Amino acid sequence: MPGRTISFHPDDRYAAFLRTIPEAPCGDGRLAAVPVAVKDNISTAGIETTCASRILEGYVPPYDATVVERLKKAGAAIVGKTNMDEFGMGTTTENSAFWPTKNPVDPSRVPGGSSGGSAAAVAAGLVPLALGTDTGGSIRCPAAFCGIVGLKPTYGRVSRYGLIAYANSLEQIGPMARTVADVNLLMEVIAGHDPRDSTSRDCPYHHAPDPEIRGVRIGVPEEFFGEGVDPRVASVVWDAISLLERKGAEVITCRMPSMAYALAAYYVTCTSEASSNLARFDGVRYGPPADTKKPWHEAFQERRREGFGEEVRRRIMLGTFALSSGYYGKYYAKAQAARNNVRADFERLFREVDVLAGPTMPTVAFRFGEKSDPLSMYLSDILTVPANLAGVPAISVPCGKVEGLPVGLQVMGRWMEDERVVDVAYAFEQGGSA
Amino acid sequence: MTVIVGLEIHCQLDTATKLFCGCSTDYRDDPPNSHVCPVCLGLPGSLPKVNKKAVEYALKVAKALNCEVPEESEFSRKNYFYPDLDKGYQITQYDKPLAVCGYLDIEGDEGEKRVRITRVHMEEDPGRLVHKGGADRPKYTLVDYNRAGIPLIEIVTEPDLRSPKEARRFLNKLRATLEYLGVFDSEKEGSLRVDANISLAGSERVEVKNITSYKGVEKALTFEVTRQKNAIRRGQKIVRETRHFVEARGVTTSSRSKEMEQDYRYFPEPDLRPLRVRDWAEEIEIPELPDSRKQRFIDDYGLSPTHAATLTGDWQIAEFYDSLPADLKVSTATATWVADTLLGELNYRDMSIRGVPLDHFKELLIIRQSGDITEKAAVEVLRSLLDQIRESGTCELPRQCIGRLGLFAIAATEEGADDPVTAAAREAIAENPQAVADFGTGKKEALNFLVGQVMRKTRGCAKPGDVNRVLTRLLSGDE
Repeated sequence: MPGRTISFHPDDRYAAFLRTIPEAPCGDGRLAAVPVAVKDNISTAGIETTCASRILEGYVPPYDATVVERLKKAGAAIVGKTNMDEFGMGTTTENSAFWPTKNPVDPSRVPGGSSGGSAAAVAAGLVPLALGTDTGGSIRCPAAFCGIVGLKPTYGRVSRYGLIAYANSLEQIGPMARTVADVNLLMEVIAGHDPRDSTSRDCPYHHAPDPEIRGVRIGVPEEFFGEGVDPRVASVVWDAISLLERKGAEVITCRMPSMAYALAAYYVTCTSEASSNLARFDGVRYGPPADTKKPWHEAFQERRREGFGEEVRRRIMLGTFALSSGYYGKYYAKAQAARNNVRADFERLFREVDVLAGPTMPTVAFRFGEKSDPLSMYLSDILTVPANLAGVPAISVPCGKVEGLPVGLQVMGRWMEDERVVDVAYAFEQGGSA
Repeated sequence: MTVIVGLEIHCQLDTATKLFCGCSTDYRDDPPNSHVCPVCLGLPGSLPKVNKKAVEYALKVAKALNCEVPEESEFSRKNYFYPDLDKGYQITQYDKPLAVCGYLDIEGDEGEKRVRITRVHMEEDPGRLVHKGGADRPKYTLVDYNRAGIPLIEIVTEPDLRSPKEARRFLNKLRATLEYLGVFDSEKEGSLRVDANISLAGSERVEVKNITSYKGVEKALTFEVTRQKNAIRRGQKIVRETRHFVEARGVTTSSRSKEMEQDYRYFPEPDLRPLRVRDWAEEIEIPELPDSRKQRFIDDYGLSPTHAATLTGDWQIAEFYDSLPADLKVSTATATWVADTLLGELNYRDMSIRGVPLDHFKELLIIRQSGDITEKAAVEVLRSLLDQIRESGTCELPRQCIGRLGLFAIAATEEGADDPVTAAAREAIAENPQAVADFGTGKKEALNFLVGQVMRKTRGCAKPGDVNRVLTRLLSGDE
């Protein structure tokens, strides 16, 4: 019996997809025949998976990521692979080796990143659901910039098996959609224990979002409204928090001193892990082959020089440096200590509040080329990286606009309390539209 | 000059599946890249999952080597580029090894000796490169990942060994221990790799890599001792370096390829969680080890320490000996026969106790004990059986062999005039009048000579006691 398929011929004017599946197989289940877009760093059996990198061009995985298996089991149709910053390294999707993706809200602006393709595909209405991945904000940033909802689950709640690693200890696959309810639905399908991922926890996700916000204690760290945060963004987010307060939440301002070192801890950790993860791309097994006439070390170096983009090479070099003997203690080990401080801050705060809230991004979506120096680009991740360092769940939900550009409200929760951040976002979404 | 040696030993653990995936470890006779999956190929997105059996095996080793097992142990990544390393890093252990601070007692150059074990850790084997078109200037190189992910343990000793011979004895004892534990198969090609650090007191140390056999360790170190002593005698300084052992030529050569000091950039493997090993180790039970078995052989079977050591120095032989009937085990003759004759004949043929049908040898021992064949004939049968096995892999049943060779013992009757022993004795007396005369004048050697003649005539099938008795009777004219 031939399997069912759905036709998928989107008007991809914002260049959200790297490739689409015109006749996508689908099945029965909760997501029967629902088109789902998958970020291109998630392995799809038989569908080219490149991480938007030249070095993986032509690589067709022989296996499905666990999340893809789960989507298929739920009947979903994998309709395409979405554009991203190469290997997830970026905040704008400009670092794709192939082409940039445009923000459907304003095509002169970036969609955010690194899951920019997934966010744009959802925002443009090409698909109702998409998978992104979030290492330091890569789901929440494009969700905020494109005006959709995106959840970074608790570390260990969604299997990473099949996710092409950028920074293993930080990243999670997560759902992106136009509504909190849809994010919740996709989360139900993809979450749960996977024996193939040793960092996965046995904590299934079955949840009906509850808009009741009365009695919920919302902590608002001052640092989330500090220097570098656009006052207009801050004001929209404060309005959103005030709305939740009017609906019965208790709002408590607090402090998160570890924020001072969070960004440094994040960049040292993720570049260190990346330098090791990306070592396997040497032209021996996939992607364009290394020149076999040359001596091994010349051949693989040449392949890597040509195959990786500038930002990827920069991060590999940073990470290689941070791990080298004599510097390990100064950088990698210090970063882990700082990371523990971030965790401790969250734990302390979560004894007094149920969730933490603030802006997802310090600004609205950038213009193309606006963040040309890497450091100012890195700085824009300051509000999203703490959740990754601590492994706690965080959601971005649209909460208003500044000059027509979407602003995201970020809600972070206790470890394994993904349900609660979904509920708070749901409460806001319901209250805001009421 | 004191010789100082420390060893780093890599052994493949004999698990059914690889260290981080479900692929079979039984790859040796199969085509390249036929025992692989996304995990052991290091495909993007795949994740390692620890094989509990491998950890259990490694913990057994740690216990047998009297190590301390910490509360928690952790895997780390060792980063370097090489085509046989499919992830660009090896998952190994670095600052949180499975076990530390152990020891193994061996028979040293000057009696019993305790060799300290620095650490025991686990890691994955990389793949294998196959150079085509000549070893020196290969035309091209192929990669086979069947071996990638095979579980290894690395055992590091303190520099406690004082001679190449001691190093080899240590390895033999270690091998026996691992085989007693049932975690290691020394017969599998490439299952053991040794790096040796060697220095002469007061000089720099040299690391010798690429030693892949037990004999190789002694050979490589003996070569190094001579080389270093000669260099010092000539007034040269020993430089700290890494050398390669070339087994075929029995020499070590300087590996000049090292352009710079490798920096492996170790860091904790983020895809695996730390292992809680102390409680685990406490639950694991280990079987009887060579030392206690040796003591049991001495105590229960009355064997000499030397025999007991030989018979327990290899797990298979010890098992064989233990499986013999009770009345055989307590006999020195049996111990001598197994420890000297059987092992000697095996050794002479460069054969191993494995692949030899031990039931046949048990049978042969029982026949020998019953007196149906003589000691001499038993050795001849043993040789014949071993030769058959070497030729064709199988052999006859011992009784068949004895019958075919006509080696069943010839009995002499008490009074008998017609038994073959008496007949042969008569012949010998008739043919050697000088010896008979010498015997008459009281020369004892003359009798021995005549015994030898009779034995020859009966092709060793007469029992020496019978021959003596018959000859004495005939010569003293009792007849």
